[in-house]
Amino acid sequence: MDRQVIIKRLNEVFRDVFDDANIVVDAQTTADDIEDWDSIEHINLISAVESEFKIRFTMGEVSGMKNVGEMIEIIEQRA
Amino acid sequence: MDVLNYPFDNGYILKKRKSIKREILSDGTDRIKKKIAVLGGSTTSDIVSVLELFLLNEGIEPEFYECEYAQYWQDVMFENPELLKFSPDIVYIHTSSRNITEKISVKQSACEIEQKLNEQYRHFEVMWDKIKALFGAVIIQNNFELPYYRLLGNKDASDIHGLTNFICRLNMKLYGYSERNENFFINDINYLSASYGLDKWSEPKWWYMYKYCLCLDAVPELCFNISNIIKSIMGKNKKAFALDLDNTLWGGVVGDDGVDGIVIGKETAEAEAYYEFQEYIRAHRDIGVLLTVASKNDEENALAGLNHPDGALKPEDFISVKANWEPKNINIQNIADEIGLLPESFVFVDDNPAEREIVSAQLGVKAPRIGQVDSYIKTLDKNGFFEVTSISMDDLKRNEMYETNAKRNRQKSMFESYEDYLLSLEMNAVIRDFEPVDIQRITQLTNKSNQFNLTTKRFTLSQMEELYKSSGYIRLCGRLTDKFGDNGIVSVVIGKINGESLDIILWLMSCRVLKRDMEYAMLDTLVKNAAQRGIKKLKGYYYPTAKNKMVRTLYSDFGFEKIYEDSEKNTVWSLDINGYGEKNKVITVKE
Repeated sequence: MDRQVIIKRLNEVFRDVFDDANIVVDAQTTADDIEDWDSIEHINLISAVESEFKIRFTMGEVSGMKNVGEMIEIIEQRA
Repeated sequence: MDVLNYPFDNGYILKKRKSIKREILSDGTDRIKKKIAVLGGSTTSDIVSVLELFLLNEGIEPEFYECEYAQYWQDVMFENPELLKFSPDIVYIHTSSRNITEKISVKQSACEIEQKLNEQYRHFEVMWDKIKALFGAVIIQNNFELPYYRLLGNKDASDIHGLTNFICRLNMKLYGYSERNENFFINDINYLSASYGLDKWSEPKWWYMYKYCLCLDAVPELCFNISNIIKSIMGKNKKAFALDLDNTLWGGVVGDDGVDGIVIGKETAEAEAYYEFQEYIRAHRDIGVLLTVASKNDEENALAGLNHPDGALKPEDFISVKANWEPKNINIQNIADEIGLLPESFVFVDDNPAEREIVSAQLGVKAPRIGQVDSYIKTLDKNGFFEVTSISMDDLKRNEMYETNAKRNRQKSMFESYEDYLLSLEMNAVIRDFEPVDIQRITQLTNKSNQFNLTTKRFTLSQMEELYKSSGYIRLCGRLTDKFGDNGIVSVVIGKINGESLDIILWLMSCRVLKRDMEYAMLDTLVKNAAQRGIKKLKGYYYPTAKNKMVRTLYSDFGFEKIYEDSEKNTVWSLDINGYGEKNKVITVKE
């Protein structure tokens, strides 16, 4: 899947989950950049990304992801 | 909101929950406020936020208390001050098989396992007893889902050493407690997880990563189930079906295909599906659900279809059959007026999406997307419209009562005056203080009466029990019998004694006895009891809602004087009981 398409779709998921139409994510975005991104919302976010791209992250991937860029790389490989 | 009606999209609800909440709240309606403590043995954060959506959608506005992670037992047993301060109306205990602490193994004797079973049960029982003693709150307790692996294979179920066996027996003990305690309800996650798919429900990575005892995707199913229990306790169940006929209760169109041409019975797969659906609908009569028909048909054809020899339903199973060419929303409104229910108490079942659309848009009636005939039962069933939280004798007799009501209405036309008619009904009322056996019915009536209800004040069972024990009130419940049958308890009045005056905090009556002068009989007895207690003045309150317009002049009809009115049209009324003359002339009253 094309990287630009992934980012565009990912951006929609972020906007839904955090209920903020102004969010713009890129590869460098981390939890620190989005106010409501805490450990509880993280669960919901991961789950929403999984169903958007019809993939499953492994447990190691979920705990290892440092920023949106790493998430995009995993999606690129799987979706 | 339709996205919250079953069948719903779990992922969509989870992802969009913030905007869904905003949208529900934007309707600006008044909701019943309830304090709910969620005490979890695992993570509960998403459960709280999704449960909130389903409750708001049912007209209940929850305020939540959430315990720290897995502190469900400690919070209660060691009386966490925050929980005490919160003082919940409802306590939901979200535990699962992950919270089973007793370890069993094949090396143990039957006796040892029995002991472990009892200990595991006691761990929960002491907590429920404590909740009861501390708050008198309604308790909703998860039962235990089956384990996601079976050490003994198939024998895990049949052998006492199996965890599956242990869990099943533990569940039975929970059900025993539920039978002995009225305010205790089981949230059946054993069923939910099976229905959802146990392997997916219990996918262990959710536990390892987030300490969730179920997968996130199943959370809306769990929450919907809990909200059904709560809305049922709050008296917000639906009360009646309005059913379409063609391609809903049978296959084909009776007007075109003729009685012999419709699909119902045992002969074909499709016929059997419609037959089982008719049986399912018919069984609802036993739990007090009223059946009615709203069909675009000539009446003659509709009745012929219902008289089909291979059908399970017969015309006499229905309280009202409206088969004509009027729009269905008008027919349902007419049925509702006829039997004295609000349209929103109906569930409309129709295979045609356009009909569902107009009925739900015009009347706010639930009209589930029932799909094809082989999914009708599942769709209706999972919606939990008629969730049973208590089985009262009144529920069982409701159909009978509405039928006799219809008979009375037919008699009405034969009399010279309305008073003659009322006298001919040979009405007897028993009006007296509450007794313990009445409390359940009184609470139920209090929570579901909207129209003839002056203050629309709601009570939980435990609040009502409390009030029953207090000497600071005059309480009356009225039971009305006539020559057609017993209507049961139909009116409740509660006055709070305030020196020499009595504040009437609750006055309500079931609409099935409207225009029978029962309200006068209640007032007579109230005045008598008040005088005996040395009271000089009655004070009545009327708080207008969207539904109780019919009683806005009740106190003025009674001869009360208006002494106060605020900007929201809430009014206060006063009556000097000195010189009061009895008003009821048609009902014989016993105490």
